[in-house]
Amino acid sequence: MKPNTQQLNDLIIQVRRDILRMVHAVNSGHPGGSLGCTEFLVALYQNIMERKEGWDMDGIGEDLFFLSNGHISPVFYSVLARSGYFPVSELGTFRLLNSRLQGHPTTHDHLPGVRIASGSLGQGLSVALGAAQAKKLNNDKHIVYTLHGDGELQEGQNWEAIMYASAKGVDNIIATVDLNGKQIDGTTDEVLCMGSLRAKFEAFDWEVVEITNGNDIEAIIGGMAEAKARTGKGKPVCVLLHTEMGNGVDYMMHSHAWHGKAPNDEQLANALGQNYNTGGNSDY
Amino acid sequence: MKKYTNTGSKDTRSGFGVGMAELGQKNENVVALCADLIGSLKFDEFKKNHPERFFQIGIAEANMIGIAAGLTIGGKIPFTGTFANFSTGRVYDQIRQSVAYSEKNVKICASHAGLTLGEDGATHQILEDIGLMKMLPGMTVINTCDHNQTKAATIALADHHGPAYLRFGRPVVPNFTPADEPFVIGKAIMLNEGTDVTIVATGHLVWEALIAAEKLEEKGISAEVINIHTIKPLDEEAILKSVAKTGCIVTAEEHNYLGGLGESIAGVLALNNPTPQEFVAVKDTFGESGTPEQLMEKYKLNNQAIVEAVEKVMARKK
Repeated sequence: MKPNTQQLNDLIIQVRRDILRMVHAVNSGHPGGSLGCTEFLVALYQNIMERKEGWDMDGIGEDLFFLSNGHISPVFYSVLARSGYFPVSELGTFRLLNSRLQGHPTTHDHLPGVRIASGSLGQGLSVALGAAQAKKLNNDKHIVYTLHGDGELQEGQNWEAIMYASAKGVDNIIATVDLNGKQIDGTTDEVLCMGSLRAKFEAFDWEVVEITNGNDIEAIIGGMAEAKARTGKGKPVCVLLHTEMGNGVDYMMHSHAWHGKAPNDEQLANALGQNYNTGGNSDY
Repeated sequence: MKKYTNTGSKDTRSGFGVGMAELGQKNENVVALCADLIGSLKFDEFKKNHPERFFQIGIAEANMIGIAAGLTIGGKIPFTGTFANFSTGRVYDQIRQSVAYSEKNVKICASHAGLTLGEDGATHQILEDIGLMKMLPGMTVINTCDHNQTKAATIALADHHGPAYLRFGRPVVPNFTPADEPFVIGKAIMLNEGTDVTIVATGHLVWEALIAAEKLEEKGISAEVINIHTIKPLDEEAILKSVAKTGCIVTAEEHNYLGGLGESIAGVLALNNPTPQEFVAVKDTFGESGTPEQLMEKYKLNNQAIVEAVEKVMARKK
């Protein structure tokens, strides 16, 4: 049974609390992009992806997910833990010495749910394409999902991968771009304006699905269903997910200031006050 | 001295091609990726027999390394192929994060390594690749000396789990190792036992080391010749055992002396048994255009250079 909308929204609030508490505890990490993608990752793991019980690296017979913008590890770890990949209590070790929850995700410490190291930007799409082609060789009909930052598309390797995917007809991949319009030094338009990403992906012969409210769980589920319907038809599929960096915490929204900055005690209390499940929280 | 016969000169890259063709037949998980250099890497046979397992990536090496890493997820054993320069320096961060740190079972196979690429010049003649690759934790680094050894190494790599770098070359060189010699990763090969000096060589310099040993024998010097094909993990035992007997060592490689085989051996000796060592290697410069023979002569990477290095190192023996 898939969780209903109310249950998903409750989980979103819990994941936001996890993100805020994780980065606060170590006074480092990336809350802005994590909060912006919370609804997406909750939808992906709780509703969209077909997942097997348990965990193995090869992931044959299930959908796969690759996080290319590894700095939003807080949301990834929280959603993985709350989807049963490892104990929720382990979130308390984020960025600490000897933790499996490294600053950026890694397979090095065998954390269930992570299939590739990411952090150095621009590499995830190529890896996902390889995994998608392995699925084809294995006659496995499942889908490979990815998530990328919009600023990350400034890395040239992405465009090698984007060109390759359509040329080779890799049509079992859905690559989502977190279109929050912000990066470390400012807005993406200020730093290096990329123009119309829809036009660029279409020019590279991808199917493009746009989700204009990328922080709304029902809009995401609807948009991703549309994206999935376009797989298997000879073209790779791109989802342009319009999100708000720092979503759910008023003082973190509408700014790039919280890309890689942790809240202090007072700010944390304020943020948690804005994200409170009336039915009770289950903080780690 | 033990006699070695050239059974017919061939390029090492053809050994790779033959190895890949054989692997294609016997291991269905082996897949090959190439960045627009099928002919140069001798992928033709594999591609013809297994088109569904051959991935033409185009001129996009970063993407190739990433795709290879991804193919391992699902149980494939990817062998990537391009020139050594584009296999390493161009894609260092992709190898570091997506392959080495992620512990992916990718075999990075690199032709046209070193000066013997020849006329194309320094843009293509990488002399730093062994160093780049050996510095990555968990990376196996192999540099083969002839056609037979390259074939054997290629086949052996499919049964070895973990990231690996296989380095070979462009020119036609003597083929002298036995066709049936098993390739044991990390195990040195004793080519000639001697008592006065140890010569440790890798890649194209191994044949030169054998010629040098013959010349030295005429001068009354007994040279022990060891082929190190695996630079990492290094067969420390074989090296230490040999220098305990000879008391001095010459290392020979087609690579910068910084970061190469000689540097690895110097580290082993410094820790265990400080021993006079001379380096036959490129002296921290770039290469240039020329024929392979001219370049090996100019940059002192031939049997004459090894003989001179032996005389120098023996004079330093206590």
